[in-house]
Amino acid sequence: MGGAAELRAFLHGLPGVDQVGADERAARLATRSIKTSAKAQAIDLAISMVDLTTLEGADTPGKVRALCAKGVTPDPGDPDVPKVAAICVYPDLAGVAAEALKGTGIGVAAVATSFPSGRAPLEAKLADTRAAVRAGATEIDMVIDRGAFLAGDYLKVYEEIVAVKEACGDAHLKVIFETGELVTYDNVRRASWLAMRAGADFIKTSTGKVAPAATLPVTLIMLEAVRDFRDLTGRQVGVKPAGGIRTTKDAIKYLVLVNETAGPDWLTPEHFRLGASSLLNDLLMQRRKLATGAYSGPDHFTLD
Amino acid sequence: MDFQYAPAPESRAVVDIRPSYGLFIGGEFVDGHGEPFKSIDPSNEEPLAEIACADAADVDRAVAAARAAYDGVWGTMPGRERAKYLYRIARILQERSRELAVLESIDNGKPIRESRDVDLPLVAAHFFYYAGWADKLGYAGFGPDPRPLGVAGQVIPWNFPLLMLAWKIAPALACGNTVVLKPAETTPLTALAFAEICRQADLPPGVVNIVTGAGDTGRALVEHDGVDKVAFTGSTEVGRRIARAVAGTRKKLTLELGGKAANVIFEDAALDQAVEGVVNGIFFNQGHVCCAGSRLLVQESVADELLDRLKRRMTTLRVGDPLDKNTDVGAINSAEQLAKIRALSEIGEREGATRWSPPCELPQRGFWFVPTVFTGVAQSHRIAREEIFGPVLSVLTFRTPAEAVEKANNTPYGLSAGVWTEKGSRILWMAERLRAGVVWANTFNKFDPASPFGGYKESGFGREGGRHGLEAYLNV
Repeated sequence: MGGAAELRAFLHGLPGVDQVGADERAARLATRSIKTSAKAQAIDLAISMVDLTTLEGADTPGKVRALCAKGVTPDPGDPDVPKVAAICVYPDLAGVAAEALKGTGIGVAAVATSFPSGRAPLEAKLADTRAAVRAGATEIDMVIDRGAFLAGDYLKVYEEIVAVKEACGDAHLKVIFETGELVTYDNVRRASWLAMRAGADFIKTSTGKVAPAATLPVTLIMLEAVRDFRDLTGRQVGVKPAGGIRTTKDAIKYLVLVNETAGPDWLTPEHFRLGASSLLNDLLMQRRKLATGAYSGPDHFTLD
Repeated sequence: MDFQYAPAPESRAVVDIRPSYGLFIGGEFVDGHGEPFKSIDPSNEEPLAEIACADAADVDRAVAAARAAYDGVWGTMPGRERAKYLYRIARILQERSRELAVLESIDNGKPIRESRDVDLPLVAAHFFYYAGWADKLGYAGFGPDPRPLGVAGQVIPWNFPLLMLAWKIAPALACGNTVVLKPAETTPLTALAFAEICRQADLPPGVVNIVTGAGDTGRALVEHDGVDKVAFTGSTEVGRRIARAVAGTRKKLTLELGGKAANVIFEDAALDQAVEGVVNGIFFNQGHVCCAGSRLLVQESVADELLDRLKRRMTTLRVGDPLDKNTDVGAINSAEQLAKIRALSEIGEREGATRWSPPCELPQRGFWFVPTVFTGVAQSHRIAREEIFGPVLSVLTFRTPAEAVEKANNTPYGLSAGVWTEKGSRILWMAERLRAGVVWANTFNKFDPASPFGGYKESGFGREGGRHGLEAYLNV
């Protein structure tokens, strides 16, 4: 790294994103018609990619344990349903989740670094991260300092990611951009490259606390970035859209986007996740509809 | 993971293709007196229907019917009344759009995604747009009370059958003319469905007449003495013959002919979107587009990167059943066109250009051509000069903006061009210098009824669409 000037020159030298064209491409991919066997395949894949999330001030150990149970056995009536990828909680509840998920192979994701605003001193963010990892988090979802990014202080954002990555130890690092606050697609592409260069294992759209959260075009741009980054460096970074993905239809649109942008190498939970909560039950509902030909009412699926 | 999309075919059940079709003259379907011919489904070569062929006497009757309707009802009807019919037609087109999209895809071979999302919405939009003009012609800039011309003889191509019909019929009718239209012999079915729509809309008999047939029928129509206006969209070669036939007569003429559009990509372009633009430019409608971006001019400093991205993108193109909702590239319209595309592609190889196509399994029956890109193409190669009218892209490079303009303009055609750059000033600089009727900036193949369309040089003359499109159908 050649310091602030080099980083700035690099990020500003990336090819621009034409917003109209990117929106159009995402909209066109959204018209793909995924039916029958392809739909069944997509639903199971989507379930296995869910980071089942609860991020409320009112979260309790009881609530987290219930969510963990749901993640292990999403549909108690059907043992063939895959388990979810991870349970995503606030750092102080990471220990509860780790205990509940022991031996299941499901990841414990904790949103560290003063989620969701990220407005805290670096020491606090690092302490937050270390505490979560110590409590058993296997994945850390950090937020970037959007203020620094929008002020053009890319080096500050970069160094923070590097420091958090170090604090993560063996835990996987997902870097949240909060694209709803970065607004432009050029910013999304720059943030993607910045985070990947700083060592992110995943890049993630949103906290879910700001609207708009994940959108198809934003995810398209991030998928282009991870694809190009692998071409250049050989390292494959994952992508996680989060927030606002509620229906099976939405989830399948994201999978099509992955398939035709980054390619099939990203169609695994190791490299693509869906940050969601209510999505899971819609996936289960559609799965049963596909298998039995009839819809079951919402009471046939567990709340958490 | 390998994610295969299961077949998602649009149902054929929504269309009802009759075993045979007559000519539509004076509001009735009547027999033709030429040798009937068959329209086939180009995706499997199955015959679809037997189509009547109009001989000179049939054309004469159609022109007489159009004249009678012009003199008796349409030419004197107030614009606001004509507008009601056009609005009604537009609404019926929207209501029947699914059926018409399927029919278009079956007869033409284009993917249902395009007939559904591009052709049909534009068809209806054209009728809505010109319906709006019908009672406002006095405000279009052609005098306080511009008069129609009379009977228009219109000949349209097979690449956008119903859309080209809309481009021809909507402005003609809005201005108070009556029409005799000849659809292409390989794609007559949607025009015949449109004839039924005219009846459904209670359009007075004779205002729209459809005569089916091949070149002889078209010749009889454009050479007919009773025709006041000739409008043609198609090849430059046929356009020349029509211009000769019409020369020295009172007939007004507009021609929308071939093209060899340059799609110019500068090094500062948004590359991923530029790649999409290239794909939309040349593989949209199997490249059967007169304004297709068939010559890619890319700045040498980004040529390799852009081509890598383009090739990767081309491997995701889905070629196959036009009625599958996931198909991106459908069937070539006819055996004749397929032979022409093959011949020019072989010439491209012999001339020394490098040919590349993605791995792609084509159906056994029907007319198919895999999306193809030629690199290392020089201005002097035939594939850089002649219109291939298929999914074949010729890639050339340039060094400076001035060289880009020079190469882009170095063609006998001048229908359209594309410019890709993040620099607004360069877009304007290029647009001022490109000799093309349409210049798209950071997009390609975008159409709107309010926007005029037409060519320079051997791409023809006259404009269709927008306020400008009225001029061709008014006595000004």
